[in-house]
Formats: sequence, C-alpha cells, structure tokens
Amino acid sequence: MISELKNKIDAVLLKYDNPEESLIAILQDVQGFLGYISREAVEYITEKTGVASGRIMGVASFYAGFRLKPVGKYRIMVCMGTACHVNGSERMGDTVKRVLGIDAGDVTDDGLFSWEEVACLGCCSISPAMMINDTVYGNLTQDKVISVINSIKEEEGK
Amino acid sequence: MRFLLGYGSCGIASGAQTVLKGLEKAFEGTDYIVEKVGCNGLCFAEPIVEVVTDSGESFLYGRLNETTAIELAESVKKGELPLNNRLSDEEMAFLNGQKRIVLSGCGKIDPENIESYIENGGYTALKTALSMGAEKIIEEIKISGLRGRGGAGFPTYIKWQSARNSVAEEKYIVCNADEGDPGAFMDRAVLEGDPHRVLEGMMISGIAVGASTGIIYVRAEYPLAVKRLKMAIEQMREKGILGDNIFDSGFSFDFRIMMGAGAFVCGEETALLASLGGNRGMPVTKPPFPAQKGFRKQPTNINNVETFANVSWIIENGGAAFASMGTDGSKGTKVFALAGRVKRGGLVEVPMGLTINEIVFDICGGIKEDAEIKAVQMGGPSGGCIPKDMLDTPIDYENIAKTGAIMGSGGMIVMDEKTCMVDMAKFFMDFTSKESCGKCVPCRIGTTRMLEILERIVKGEGEESDIETLVDLGESIKTGALCGLGNSAPNPVLTTIKYFRNEYEAHIKEKCCPAKKCTALIEYKIDANKCKGCSLCSKKCPVEAISGQIKSPYTIDAQKCIRCGECISTCKFGAIEVLSGEGME
Repeated sequence: MISELKNKIDAVLLKYDNPEESLIAILQDVQGFLGYISREAVEYITEKTGVASGRIMGVASFYAGFRLKPVGKYRIMVCMGTACHVNGSERMGDTVKRVLGIDAGDVTDDGLFSWEEVACLGCCSISPAMMINDTVYGNLTQDKVISVINSIKEEEGK
Repeated sequence: MRFLLGYGSCGIASGAQTVLKGLEKAFEGTDYIVEKVGCNGLCFAEPIVEVVTDSGESFLYGRLNETTAIELAESVKKGELPLNNRLSDEEMAFLNGQKRIVLSGCGKIDPENIESYIENGGYTALKTALSMGAEKIIEEIKISGLRGRGGAGFPTYIKWQSARNSVAEEKYIVCNADEGDPGAFMDRAVLEGDPHRVLEGMMISGIAVGASTGIIYVRAEYPLAVKRLKMAIEQMREKGILGDNIFDSGFSFDFRIMMGAGAFVCGEETALLASLGGNRGMPVTKPPFPAQKGFRKQPTNINNVETFANVSWIIENGGAAFASMGTDGSKGTKVFALAGRVKRGGLVEVPMGLTINEIVFDICGGIKEDAEIKAVQMGGPSGGCIPKDMLDTPIDYENIAKTGAIMGSGGMIVMDEKTCMVDMAKFFMDFTSKESCGKCVPCRIGTTRMLEILERIVKGEGEESDIETLVDLGESIKTGALCGLGNSAPNPVLTTIKYFRNEYEAHIKEKCCPAKKCTALIEYKIDANKCKGCSLCSKKCPVEAISGQIKSPYTIDAQKCIRCGECISTCKFGAIEVLSGEGME
C-alpha cells in the first residue's frame, strides 16, 4: 500500500482515542478521501488499532453508507423513497442506467460516473429526486436526468 | 423591510441559489439584505422569498428564478409589492389551521446565526429550566402529555423519569435524527432550519435526567443538517451556552455529533445504541431499557428530533398550554410531511385531532390534476394505507392504530387512482427486507418470503392461495420478530389486503393491474384514430419500439416496449392508451 494512504489513515486514527467505539466514524473518514473502503485500508486499520478485520468488514458491509468498491468522480444517487416511487423514480433509475450504460453499483470505464439506488433523500416535496455528490436535483423527468448528466460530461470535456 | 429566502436542501435543489444571485444583483448598492432561512414548509412553491414590510405585513413569493427574482427586487426598490409570483389566497390557505411550535422558527430565523435564535426567544427556556430543577421539568413534561414523535408514541416524561432514577456517574442524552422513514422529512427541515431548538430541548432533558453529554445521531444523507448542527454547537460554545457551569448554574453540558451510516433499523433505539458503540446496528431485547443501560452501558435517554423540538415551548408556555391542544390521549401538535400525488406538498404542523381529510384537502388543496384520491399512506414501511372512505379519521396515536396504520414519524404519502396498492405493498416489503438486520428469523426470512410472493403477483404469476399465505406470514412475523422493524414490517401488506383485496384478486385471477402500473400486466397501444403520425413518440422511444410512416398512424411493438411512459408524456394528442387485463393481445 502506498505510504500516502497510510499517512492519511494515520491522521484519521489520531483523531479518535477509542477506535472500537469510533469505528464507524473512522470508516467514514477513510471513505471520505478514498471513495470506498478498500481491503488494504481495512488491513492497515487492523494493524494499527488491533480491531479485528472481521469486525471492521462486518460493520462496513452492514451499513448501506459504506462501499466496498470504488465510485465514480460523480456519484449519482437515485432516490427510491416512497414519494419518489409514487412519482416515477423507477423510470429515473432506468434512464440513468441507459444513459451511462452501467448497472447500479458499477463505475463507467472513464471513472467519471457511478450510480446507485438509495433510500429516501428527504426531499419528498420535489420528488422524483436524485443527488449527485452533495447536490440534490428535484422534480426530475427523463429529459432532465439526461440533460444533467450531459452537462456534467460537457464540463468534463467528454 | 426584510427578505427571507428559503435555503434548505429542498429550496436549494429548487434553485434558491440562483434566486439569491438575482436578488443580490438587483439590491447591489442598496441597504436591502437577503436573509437565508430554513424551509418554511411551503415546499410546493419553492424557491420562496418572504417579504416582510416594516409594518410587519408578510407576503410570500414563490416559484422564483433569477429573472423573476430580479423583477421582484426592482419593484420593491420602487416601493411596490408586485402581484407576479405572489402566492394566491388559495395557496396561502396552506397555512390556515396550522399551529406551529416545532416549525415556529423554520423559515423565520437564520439557522447559521445563533443571535437570530436568541432574538426570537431562544435559550430563555434553558434558563427557566435551570431555575426549575429536574423534578419540576419532568412534572411539566408530564402535564404536557408529550409523547415520542418518532413513531411509537411512548410518554416522554416516563423515559426521562426512569433515566433520572437510574443511578450512575455518567448519563447521556441521545437525539435520534436517523430519519430513515422514506417519505418523512420534518426532522431534516427542523435540523436545517432551526437546529438550536433541538439542541436546547436536549439540554433541558440533560438537566432533568442528570446528563452532561448530548449525542446527535444524524443521517449522513443530510449533509446540510450536519453542517448547521456543527455551526450551531460552535456558536453556542463561543457564547458560553455550552461547556462547564453554564450561566453560573453549576450545570455542564456538551454535544457530540455522530453520523449514521445508512441503516433504517438504527431508528430502533437499541440498534442505534449498538451503532453508537461502533457496531453493526442490531437490536437487542429489552429490558434492560436504554434508560437503565444505554450508551457505554450507562443510563441514556433517547428521543426523536421533533420530541426535543417541543420541549423549550413547553417549558416556556407550561405543560397545560400544550395539553390544551389535541385529543384526550394525544396532546399538542404534530408535524406531517405531505408528499406524493398531493397538490401542495410540504410540512404541516397541526393540533392532534384534525382529520386526514382536513389536512389533505383543506390545507394541501387536494390531489394533483384534481384526480380521485385513493388512499393515504401513514407511517412509512411500518405503517399502512388508509383508504379514502376512512380519511375522516381524527389523527391521534390510537385512532390511526385502529386503522392498521401507525402515526409513525408523520410521513403522509397521498395516492390517487394511478397508484397500484399491490405495487406499494411490494415497494415497502422490498425496503424492509433489505433493511432487516438479519438477526431474527421471522423478520429475515419472513419478509423475504413475503416479498417473493408479492413479486410473483405483480408479474401476473400469483396463485389463489397467495393472499392467505401473505396474511398468515404477516401475522407470524408481527408476533415473532425481535424489534419494532419486524413487528411492523407486514403492516403495509396487511392493510392493503384488508382495504384493497380486490386489487390483489385482479392481479392474481384476471392478470390485470387496475391502476395500470405493473409493467408485466400492461400494454401500450396507439389509437389509430387519434394518432396524427407526427413521429415524435418514435423519436423519443428509448428502445425503438415505435414505428410507422409520417402522417399515418404509428404502432408499438409490444415485444420491444419497456412501458417506460416516455411516449405518453410526449404525445400531444393523447393517442397512446394503456391496457391491462381485457383487451390486451
């Protein structure tokens, strides 16, 4: 594992005095800069803290918020909450899938996009909604989904 | 004159940033300031600006964009209050009949500035509570009749009293802000729009219980709420409202924020505690209750965001004033999040006891496109669908439970004739089976089996015995599961079978989806008499299923068609019809 990653994990571990109890926060921090929880990261946390790697993987795999695979630079989260469902979120998911050409959970070959279905984003009044990184897009139609993705592609010069 | 711009997640997603840009551009060089406030609950008209005149009159302007925002600002500069974009009287009826306690600061104060909260009476309740002492605080909460707003409706004072009675060196106050119920967003709105109200409530609970640490367990999906909570806590510390010996009272308190990692079951308090300890969020049997053995095995009082947000009002106005609102068993107000097929969706805070009809029709203006209402879903994945002829049920914990739904956290999803009830049941079962933590067999395996049956039914492969099997399984899961998630998971299925059995039967016996929603049971067809042959639909179709000659009727290849609905929304002549059951080829 490259030493830069080790240094970053070391810096995270310094913030918490009880790694057992703060495991979720530690993993959130690691995912924050790595984009996901890698096998190497888990092994290094075990090495440094003594928290068993099985326990770490147990926690990482339990919560939907943790990813065990890399994500794209733009992480598209299509809301599958109740209000969105009633207002057609399934079609929005299908549209993202069609436009990107990848299944939920996968990353495009250029590493630019990944997408997933998520539980409620809490923006029910503007359903159907999706979130790309930290930005929420609401009142979606298939056209709007396509144009949002295309404008990101344009910005990135693809 | 004041300009209050709604700047919550939903406002920002609707374009509040460009409105801000427009207003600031137009106001450059003047004394006018735009204040960023939280969501005022009129989500249907976002982005919204409230203009408050010097004489205190208020006017709401909605659905703004950069251009209309500039127009508004230019008129104001000329001393006019324009009619364009002003919310109509009909739309303003949304606020009639509302009584705002929890939401009183949302949309009124600047959540990123503690002074704004203090100017509006913030932290006076904390001072009062410090002089009252623990026993009197608990007594006042008891008189108020406040019950847990997270779903179960457990009397708040009993939780506080038992945590107080537990003897320990260290005790904890935990705010359950893991708003995982899809369709509920009141906690997000309060945390984003008025974070201090929740923090003040937690501190008063700390005085009552004898705790000096407050932990907020908040969803990571709410980044703006997390940011504003952090700011609020920082500002409290600077003002000396946090830390040791607050207001020279001898009372010390501090906060920690923990971000949830995305597990619905963590709304259950023992699962939440497991998660706080860095573990998989799996519930354990009670007793011991968290009030006896909670975080770090110490006495812990856990309440929901909305419960804490009521506390400062009760301390200031007295428990009796709170208890004067509502019904016999359910006091005070409740915030409801209206969404789905409703005309004016948003946040509604009303005294308990109003009927569902009053909320949906009088306040929220009825159904989109004036369609026929079919049902209202309450309580999310733990709740149920209440059919239209029961919508005059007064809303309190007991009456809602009698329908088979639950009050839950207050999400209300309105459904019209286009909503298929079997599909809804499948939707919720899909959710709970994914969110089941897997610890107990009835929930882990039972929800999966129920989901499999529902998936068969919507595909047209249902068998006559399926309905009875679902009821049987549902009842067993309800009694056999370990925690609230499992105990309530069958509710959406059981209530839809109870009230909409005919829809299940239509799917099973006639292979027909009456709402024309289930894709395996429907077919799209172009009405040759209505089709003008404009070719728009065929260009729009993502799977090239539509073909024909310009100016003569087009046809849809049923084998290729994925029933995505694009052609229907494209056709200007209403020529595409949806068939289910009879008439299908």
